[in-house]
Amino acid sequence: MVRASTGRTVFQLINYLLLAFFAFICVAPLINVLSVSLSESAYAAAGSVKLWPVHFTIESYVFAFKDKLLLSSYGVSIQRVIIGVAINMFLTILVAYPLSKEVREFRFRTLYAWFLFITILFHGGLIPWYVTIRQLNLMDSIWALVLPSAVPVFNCILLLNFFRQLPKELQESAHMDGAGHWTILWRIMVPLSKPALATLVLFACVNHWNSWFDGLILMKRPEHYPLQTYLQTKVISFDASALAGATKEELESLMAVSDRTLKAAQIFLSALPIMCLYPFLQKYFVKGIVMGSVKE
Amino acid sequence: MKKHNFGKGLMREWPMHLMMLPAVLLIILFSYIPYAGLAIAFERFNPSKGFFGSPFVGWDNFEYMIKMPGISQVIWNTVYIACMKMVGGLIVPIVFALLLNEVIHTKFKRAVQTLIYLPHFLSWVILGGVLTDILSPSGGLVNSLIGWFGAEPVFFLGNEKLFPYVLAVSDIWKEFGFGTIIYLAAITSINPVLYEAAICDGANRWRQIWHITLPGMTPIIVLMMTLSLGNVLNAGFDQVFNLYSPVVYRTGDILDTLVYRLGLIDAQYGVATAVGLFKSVVSTVFIVISYICAFRFANYRIF
Repeated sequence: MVRASTGRTVFQLINYLLLAFFAFICVAPLINVLSVSLSESAYAAAGSVKLWPVHFTIESYVFAFKDKLLLSSYGVSIQRVIIGVAINMFLTILVAYPLSKEVREFRFRTLYAWFLFITILFHGGLIPWYVTIRQLNLMDSIWALVLPSAVPVFNCILLLNFFRQLPKELQESAHMDGAGHWTILWRIMVPLSKPALATLVLFACVNHWNSWFDGLILMKRPEHYPLQTYLQTKVISFDASALAGATKEELESLMAVSDRTLKAAQIFLSALPIMCLYPFLQKYFVKGIVMGSVKE
Repeated sequence: MKKHNFGKGLMREWPMHLMMLPAVLLIILFSYIPYAGLAIAFERFNPSKGFFGSPFVGWDNFEYMIKMPGISQVIWNTVYIACMKMVGGLIVPIVFALLLNEVIHTKFKRAVQTLIYLPHFLSWVILGGVLTDILSPSGGLVNSLIGWFGAEPVFFLGNEKLFPYVLAVSDIWKEFGFGTIIYLAAITSINPVLYEAAICDGANRWRQIWHITLPGMTPIIVLMMTLSLGNVLNAGFDQVFNLYSPVVYRTGDILDTLVYRLGLIDAQYGVATAVGLFKSVVSTVFIVISYICAFRFANYRIF
């Protein structure tokens, strides 16, 4: 056992403090917003709320729920996550299996792989994408939120690489026993890939939950907004026409409007599902990103 | 003989073609048809006439784009903001992973990890709301802290000079935890025998980091570095859109937000598509270069 030198001890101490400080910085803003949302609005507006509520009240949450659009947007988001993730996963699994084959087993593998990969290399851009969806008459429907992102190409690549790591013998012996590709995929590959699939489900859930821009431009009626889009219109965007002639002082007061506690409550309500999912995210996602980035 | 093989292959492979079919159709619909829609960049687009029915105007939209006042500033903003994020987003997680690796107490280590990648999972809408609140000049958390040191409150999101740096710092704040995990995984995969050997040879902690940990991380560092190259024109639409306002357009407007305003607010489809196409082409060049580099230097193959 080597005794730690004084320099080492000092370093350790500073290191621990530094890391703790940065970890604190990562969550302090969120704690602050949560505290603001639970404080009386006069104190919040005065800026006296730091990391603990001042004059605790849930008034702002009561007020937030009075808006029918909040509940409807929760509904749209949940619907979107369920449909969207189901489609994402089904297609990811279907695509990853053929692409995980060697060229001699599936001669068109490389062609299909490039067909998918090109969509990562080159984007058509916002306007052609938007016009396409409009021409397809998908505007204002839930399908506009789930179909354009139905094939998550990166997830397909992650899963196909995972499939490739599984022992080949399993597939071969199943094939000897007369199993077709469909059976091999659903009876052997999928059950063996549960941890990888769990990671991808979580990724897909977070992606769908967090998307807001498509809702903003593709949904016409506010009742069809998913939650993040609702939040965007409520908390972030302010009337640009009001800003046009505003002075700097007016701008400042506009950005610090008195409904600060309400906004904080809305922000926290939108982040809540992700926070609930976080323990699971944590468990799987380290595996997931390692799976994606460090591979042989 | 060959033909016979082909038929046999088709018999054997058709289930796999069938598996690809739905995805292929959806990708054609939502990725490849928009490629055809890039024709808009060369047209005076009329939505009722479709992609190919509108009058063709050649390079007019691009000429308009080049002559647009402030376009060079927007391109500069995009590259400047993106590069700050790329450099900071590379260095901060590496340093943090090295520091975290020095921690002996597993519980402390795990607690820190848990906290630092929480912001990664929250959308820029939520974080935009959070940042607007804590950076507010009247009663925001950050300005109250600055106030304790006797300084005047700073209007972070309304100050042209500061705005790009606010973007860079807040993006690094959101993402560094995610990067740290990747580097930490690389560090833990280093063979501990190497450290034991180094200790026998009398290497102190610094030497161990310099001669074992960093070289062990090099492949993943090179990989992350090269792959980030493709983001040179991705200054982060979600973030900028949720934080900027007309007062900071001069330093904060980027290509993606410009495309949005030109196309979807002003309905100048042709010019907006032209700007978007310009961005896509340049990005693709960088992405291809980055993948070639990643393959050359880190032996990385995407599939």
